[in-house]
Amino acid sequence: MDLEYSPEYRAFRDEVRTFLDENKHRAPNAARMIPGRPNSPKEWQQLLIEHGYAARTIPKEYGGYGAEPDILKTRIIAEEFARARVPTGHSGDNRLVPTVLELGTEEQKQWLVPPSVRGEMTWCQGYSEPGSGSDLASLSTKAELDGDEWVINGQKIWTSGAQNADMMFCLVRTEPDAPKHNGISYLVFSMDTPGIEVRPLVSMMGDAFFNEVFFTDVRVPKDQIIGKRGEGWFVANTTLRYERGGLGDPNEAENRLNRIVDMMKRETVSGERLIDNPIYRDRLLKLQGQILAMKFNGMRVLSHNIKGEEPGMARWIVKLNGCELNHQMAGLAIDVLGELGLLYDGSDYLRDGGFWQARYMLDLGLIIGGGTAQIQKNMIGERALGLPKEPKVEAA
Amino acid sequence: MDFALSEEQRMLQDSISGYLESGCPLTRVREVAEEREDRADDIWNELTNLGVHGVLVDEDYGGVGLGRLEASLIAEALGNAVAPVPYVASSIMAPTALAAAGSDEQKEAWLPRIAGGEVVVGVGVSEQIGRRETEGVSSTDGKLNGKAMFVLDGGSADVLIIASDDGAMHLVEPNGPGITRNKLKTIDRTRTVAEVVLDGAAGDVLPGSVGDREPLLTTIDVGRVILAADTLGAAQSMLDKSVDYAKERRQFNRVIGSFQAVKHMCAEMAAELEPCRSLVWYTAHAYSAIPEEGRLMACHAKAHLAEVGKFVARKSTEVHGGMGITDLLGLHYWFKRIGFNRQLLGAPELVREEAARVQEWV
Repeated sequence: MDLEYSPEYRAFRDEVRTFLDENKHRAPNAARMIPGRPNSPKEWQQLLIEHGYAARTIPKEYGGYGAEPDILKTRIIAEEFARARVPTGHSGDNRLVPTVLELGTEEQKQWLVPPSVRGEMTWCQGYSEPGSGSDLASLSTKAELDGDEWVINGQKIWTSGAQNADMMFCLVRTEPDAPKHNGISYLVFSMDTPGIEVRPLVSMMGDAFFNEVFFTDVRVPKDQIIGKRGEGWFVANTTLRYERGGLGDPNEAENRLNRIVDMMKRETVSGERLIDNPIYRDRLLKLQGQILAMKFNGMRVLSHNIKGEEPGMARWIVKLNGCELNHQMAGLAIDVLGELGLLYDGSDYLRDGGFWQARYMLDLGLIIGGGTAQIQKNMIGERALGLPKEPKVEAA
Repeated sequence: MDFALSEEQRMLQDSISGYLESGCPLTRVREVAEEREDRADDIWNELTNLGVHGVLVDEDYGGVGLGRLEASLIAEALGNAVAPVPYVASSIMAPTALAAAGSDEQKEAWLPRIAGGEVVVGVGVSEQIGRRETEGVSSTDGKLNGKAMFVLDGGSADVLIIASDDGAMHLVEPNGPGITRNKLKTIDRTRTVAEVVLDGAAGDVLPGSVGDREPLLTTIDVGRVILAADTLGAAQSMLDKSVDYAKERRQFNRVIGSFQAVKHMCAEMAAELEPCRSLVWYTAHAYSAIPEEGRLMACHAKAHLAEVGKFVARKSTEVHGGMGITDLLGLHYWFKRIGFNRQLLGAPELVREEAARVQEWV
């Protein structure tokens, strides 16, 4: 264990702190942001890249800051942003960009990564279908090669941000006769392509965060495929791995916990500070212990990753625990606010701009999205603990 | 910066676990428990040879002078094997108290004998966390009065360190005049606790603890980290046993681990337990490296491991079905060890309240 801060790192921390002091007022409101997604204003993102606080390790030639991976600097940035209650920047799209950097051609990297990192090319993910949720590999949206173009027909669902996204990365069935995992390809294309229809799917939050996307003879150039034909499942798993990491970011969780601490010191019920209520306080402290454990687990995973080691169990649990803790935190914030916790939609007396109400619902969605909690438990059980799969049931 | 164990630390882990695998089988634990022995002498002696009792004792006093992270790795291995030997008080809290507050003479008298496995030291600090069945321990003119409850490793300890209500710590001869020691029977027969009634008993005060509660608080903090590490090891063992059992036991013509109901219990145990490893490592390391976080982290490690340990102990027993609650299987030794660790040195609710005070929330 070496958690020492050498003078270089102490100086770096000072630098980040100074930056945040001077620029905090320009930071966007974090209420409905999913960590790591490019929904912060472009100017803020640009400022962060210039200083190396966003897209830090993405090579310069692809629009990043081009720093060597440095676990401690990464941690210091995350800690200082959390301390300042300022949302972090992004690295383009934390699902697509790492995938393209790992598996894309040089041409694809040049085409897709720099504008994504700048926030000028935004993405939506075309994975789930009405008949293929947890059993994603059974997907049936098909793409057939016609000359130099793929022709796509079918439907996607739960496509968050599709109405605003510039591009989609999409799983389609290109080899209908192959076993289900081997018949899928990973295509990228503009959402302006003729034949794409986006229909909003209003969520319990009252907004159309999700969409249905319909494809009718959508024609996409043949070379807009990441990886080879029929290898889309492997490519997608690369992406899911990055998304799962992002969904359970422990520094973001600590940031939120600090906000609840502040609120509980500030707000009162019958003249008593919320934090002076022993039952509220104990719930808060329980969560703090869990969040600290996940924070250190994250440091351990990061240390493994930097050394090129497989983190094992420490990695498998991040999505499951991180999303659950976020949901519990929002639940605590609402509970301690009591009746005030019911206010919504910009009502009078609304606290924290409605952040907690939005998160309580959105975070429940994130427990389900990106691989449900139950699918996560299957993976922990089967891949990490080596328990056998359920017996296969023959298709009817 | 590297959040990982060093090569030396992994070797230490392997050597202790490797020995306990052969030297501390369930049959040996059962013998000690059924005979109500205070400790397994054979295991104690071999641990002495491995340097366990001197892990925190400076080399000047015959120890190996390692850190709290190494001490917690040993605790994890001992918990994993439910080893029936004194450790948390005798090998960890006592040397911590002596190093923090002892005079040179006291250190010279006791530290080499602790490191050499020649003495067992019981530590009585429970009253300074929460008094039950006692009004506490007072100290006047070198005489101690009152009652110390739940003196850790106190069953047949050769010497005791008892904290009085002013925060001072005193070396006490358990068989001296004015002292009555009574072993208490707990659910966990792998460690001992005693009540010690003091009626004008002579105490040899650790001078550094007079007028300064810090040595006492440090001693409690370190004890809490070690109990947390012990629970980590015990709970990991219960998880491993559950997974092994779920891979073997068949019902409805399938191994039960292929049922999601059982698989998910195992996954939940793993998901709760895995981050605890990092929490314990960080806490044990931070206590020296990032001292301003030490007390808060010790509180959180103690409380969080108590909660996760309880969860794992319950789920693991359920995975084993009816066998889980039998004496025959012996899983209960781990269940009880985790239960013991939860209540000693502050149950989780009390320790979390301390965490609130440390952060000045109240």
